[in-house]
Amino acid sequence: MSYIPHTEADRAAMLAEIGVETLDELFSDVPEAMRYPELRLPEPLSEMEILRELRKMSERNADLDRYACFLGAGAYNHFIPSTVSHVMGRAEFYTAYTPYQPEISQGTLQSIYEYQSMVCQLTGMEVANASHYDGATSLAEAALMAVNVFRGRRKKIVISPLVHLEYRQTLRTYIRGTELVVTGDEDLTNEISDLKTLLDENTACLILQNPNFLGQLEDVNGLADAVHNAGALLVVAVDPISLGLFKPPGEYGADIVVGEGQSLGNQLNFGGPYLGVFACQEEYVRKMPGRLVGATVDTEGRRGFVLTLTPREQHIRREKATSNICTNEALCALAAGAYLATMGKHGLRRVAELCYHKAHYAAQRIAEIPGFELVGGKPFFKEFVVRCPQKPAEINERLLEKGIIGGYDLGRDYPHLRNCMLLCVTEVNTKGEIDRLVEALQEVAS
Amino acid sequence: MTEPLIFEISSSGRIGVTLPECDVPEAELPKGLLRDQLPLPEVAEVDLVRHYVRLSQLNHGVDIGFYPLGSCTMKYNPKVNEEAAKLPGFARIHPYQGEESIQGALQLIYELQEYLKEIGGFAGVSLQPAAGAHGEFTGILMMRAYHEARGDVGRTKMLIPDSAHGTNPASSAMSGYQVVEIKSDERGNVDLDELKAHCDETVVGLMLTNPNTLGLFEEHVLEVSRVVHDCGGLMFGDGANMNSLLGIAKPGELGFDVMMFNLHKTFSTPHGGGGPGAGPVGASERLAKYLPGPIVVKEGDAYRLQMPEASIGRVKAFYGNFAVCVKAYTYIRMMGAEGLRQVSENAVLNANYLLSKLKGVYPLPYDRTCMHEFVLSGQGVAEGITTRDIAKRLMDYGFHPPTVYFPLIVPQAIMIEPTETESIETLDAFAEAMLKIAEEARENPDLLHQAPHTAPVSRLDEVRAARKLDLRWSP
Repeated sequence: MSYIPHTEADRAAMLAEIGVETLDELFSDVPEAMRYPELRLPEPLSEMEILRELRKMSERNADLDRYACFLGAGAYNHFIPSTVSHVMGRAEFYTAYTPYQPEISQGTLQSIYEYQSMVCQLTGMEVANASHYDGATSLAEAALMAVNVFRGRRKKIVISPLVHLEYRQTLRTYIRGTELVVTGDEDLTNEISDLKTLLDENTACLILQNPNFLGQLEDVNGLADAVHNAGALLVVAVDPISLGLFKPPGEYGADIVVGEGQSLGNQLNFGGPYLGVFACQEEYVRKMPGRLVGATVDTEGRRGFVLTLTPREQHIRREKATSNICTNEALCALAAGAYLATMGKHGLRRVAELCYHKAHYAAQRIAEIPGFELVGGKPFFKEFVVRCPQKPAEINERLLEKGIIGGYDLGRDYPHLRNCMLLCVTEVNTKGEIDRLVEALQEVAS
Repeated sequence: MTEPLIFEISSSGRIGVTLPECDVPEAELPKGLLRDQLPLPEVAEVDLVRHYVRLSQLNHGVDIGFYPLGSCTMKYNPKVNEEAAKLPGFARIHPYQGEESIQGALQLIYELQEYLKEIGGFAGVSLQPAAGAHGEFTGILMMRAYHEARGDVGRTKMLIPDSAHGTNPASSAMSGYQVVEIKSDERGNVDLDELKAHCDETVVGLMLTNPNTLGLFEEHVLEVSRVVHDCGGLMFGDGANMNSLLGIAKPGELGFDVMMFNLHKTFSTPHGGGGPGAGPVGASERLAKYLPGPIVVKEGDAYRLQMPEASIGRVKAFYGNFAVCVKAYTYIRMMGAEGLRQVSENAVLNANYLLSKLKGVYPLPYDRTCMHEFVLSGQGVAEGITTRDIAKRLMDYGFHPPTVYFPLIVPQAIMIEPTETESIETLDAFAEAMLKIAEEARENPDLLHQAPHTAPVSRLDEVRAARKLDLRWSP
């Protein structure tokens, strides 16, 4: 086996050094009856064979190199500049562990510091951490953090029904076994004005997604004041690409900002690994979960970077830690940093504008097809809802035959949106693709 | 050697990518909702690439050299894994595509579930958790769900040995349990008498790492399982040290009811500078129905997503860190049963070989045959020398230091995990450096106090970092 370099002679020399005759002797602590169980696994393959098999398996999937995609709903097909994969492909980055020894981990540490800085710039918040597993777990941890800010005395978490369903489900899993209550999404038609009526002295936070799951920009005027008047915190989940164009949550009073950072230079990867973005105002930094990188100096006064505020973490605080998070998504954060720096101020704005214009063009064209109707009068970014003349699942089957991956069927999560489809258009969708989608939908409808 | 920040090489008007013209009629932007400014860096592509390449050169990684970080299993990550995960049919698919268009991905998930069941001796596996600590938290929620379903609601205590990873108590506390620490005995095992004294009808379970963080196989593991089960508790396995057990023993057969795997440790997926990992959870017959989901089931020739019968729910969006799973799958298929057993055998061989070379010079608090790792002490190597000094000096010899100051039960701990991918020459060179450092510690202690001498920066002021918080660049 090529991954184990020992020759027979090496092995014999090593056993002699240890002072045993056989490898078996090293395993005498393992109960004999259970030792060396048979593993029923497929026969080993060579590199050539496994690649052939995996290629075949992967070709059974309809990938976006071959299909036009209008599916979003929390995972987005954005353009990834070539710089990003080359940065991520540096073995010095991807074969390193968590930077426990800062002197020989400055590459990882500085890149995280820069990522934290760019997340602050993007969200308008004061501090950001080194990342969480994904948008859903960031949101769940934000809710727990808000509860911790009030030392557990406030037990109510108000959440908008237009926060991604899987994020709301993840939050509910996270609070199993605690006394916390999640409310606000029992009625899936609740608007922000309805959520405000739920705020009280027992509320730890109000959680909103903006743009919301349906792609619409929420009216956040006066929202932060209402939340803060109740003494609670405002948590906002964002699509970071939208912040190339729209007001960041820091400008409208958010206390904690979370989001799915996959769209910042990370592949779709069938749902993971993704990137949990997490930022907050500085007054709460000591309650913030996750790793943080800070700048400092070395013994010669040179700037350097270290993991800091580690007393919040589990390897010191154990059961009193702010969270159990240890491994995060450093490489995905590196990709996000490289993406944001590549795009820069002008590029990210341009990407966001292209999404906006193309989505609006698609929405307008689809709304013109008899039988299709645009739902919801709110401004939207890159996703929009259309009511269809047939079941979305059936439409998607037809589209797939034409080389198009259609939208998200909203009826399963939102019964009042039966026969509605959430379509997503980004900068990668050409006018030709959009026109092809429109044409295909026309055929389906007729 | 330091590198300017990306913001410091930014110059107004530059951009690192060319974007296309808009090919559709422009829509009107909603003026009131737009942001005024976006203060991101502006750099040309060449400067961006040089910046990140230079940053990468400030790092140590497995591809540069030996990385014996205990309990982290920093083995070499085969390059074919990376190629596999990059295949467009895996990397470029959307999690919400219809099942008929993702059969290959579902097949891979299903088969990896099956392999991990077989390797761990479990009845069910979910690949959803994103990391080890995430898998721990998941396992604890499953234990809670099991007890609650039986109406057994008086259980509030989680037993955790004093040698456990810090994430164990942190994960327990997250799910509202009271942590009770169990002492280790003089051979590094769970102290059976103390365990028995704590086992009663209030016990949720025991969180056990086996081999433990001393690198020692729990000699009474069957007895420990029996005692915990007898009081109605469950056995949680922390699978961080699974690299010593592949084909050696199945945790499920040793009495573990639920265990997380660390694909990024045992199954050779790179650590990425702190993630992404993957922390699949395996469960025994009685706990499998509580696994998080969706998981993949096979019906005839078709694969589909399904929630386990009494699932605790989802613990993240979508199905897990799929790209990491592709790499682990590739590894398992290349190794096969025999190859996996060789992994563990050689990991244990390498650890005992290094142990044998170092134990005369560095104190070894628990002197037993070790598994895949072992723990020395830096205490008493020389007057005024700490484990930190030894660790920093190792950098000058081109090695990443071992895990230090953990486990907490060994003063000045030095926890060394060589892994199976290292050759005898590498192990010898490391042993030689360690022995030389012990000599230097006695003869020229300043050399250690001031180490590292060859790293890009010298020792960093961590106290200042915490006191004068500087967590982001500001203009």
